Amino acid sequence: VSFGIVDRPIDVRALEAEVLSEYDGAVCTFQGVARRFSRGREVVHLEYEAYPEMAERKMAEIADEVRARFGIERVAIRHRIGVLEIGEASVAIAVASPHRREAFAACRYAIDRLKQTVPIWKKEVWSDGEQWVGWEDEPSSIESRVASSDGEA
Amino acid sequence: MMVKTRLFASFREAIESGSVTLEVGPGASVRELLAVLRRDYPRLGPTIESAMVAVNLEYVGPDFQLGEGDEVALIPPVSGGVLE
Repeated sequence: VSFGIVDRPIDVRALEAEVLSEYDGAVCTFQGVARRFSRGREVVHLEYEAYPEMAERKMAEIADEVRARFGIERVAIRHRIGVLEIGEASVAIAVASPHRREAFAACRYAIDRLKQTVPIWKKEVWSDGEQWVGWEDEPSSIESRVASSDGEA
Repeated sequence: MMVKTRLFASFREAIESGSVTLEVGPGASVRELLAVLRRDYPRLGPTIESAMVAVNLEYVGPDFQLGEGDEVALIPPVSGGVLE
């Protein structure tokens, strides 16, 4: 298990190599990538900001949850902060397991949880303005965070 | 008591600082701290009402009681304010 906030490009191949052991028949990797168009506007670049101490604690909790739910120990999570150009990965998750089914499920679980609980913000910078935005595919993130914190209390 | 409060993203930009130290009464709640923050930094605006709050790296509710030395963080809503 490894996780972290980084301020340089994420080396996805290195993450895959890190999680892979001789017991594994599957490696599943997810990358979130900066895209050119967002809600009809052209993005020049993205900026990510984290609450790093809390983000790393929440990532560690996700790794614990992956272990408990899927029996998978070999997971690596990185989130990048700072300025990202189009096409660069903001987040990468690699999961290795003996079989593909658990690898897919654990990888999906990890990125969904990351978007709910890890305090990281994205700013879209356009040619004519900028805005802090959330995960537009996760409209219920705030509620999920509340539910999550209640559940842990 | 003095409580260190960290701000991120749209909140940090609104007050041009990532951290402020606020004075609140002993045992003040998160809700009370937010009221002090809004009074002292009106530029934060009403959006802080919808912010999540973390104390010592864990999400808490508005009734959470603060203690001396706690680190509070304001977690902006997922859709932050328009900055154009």
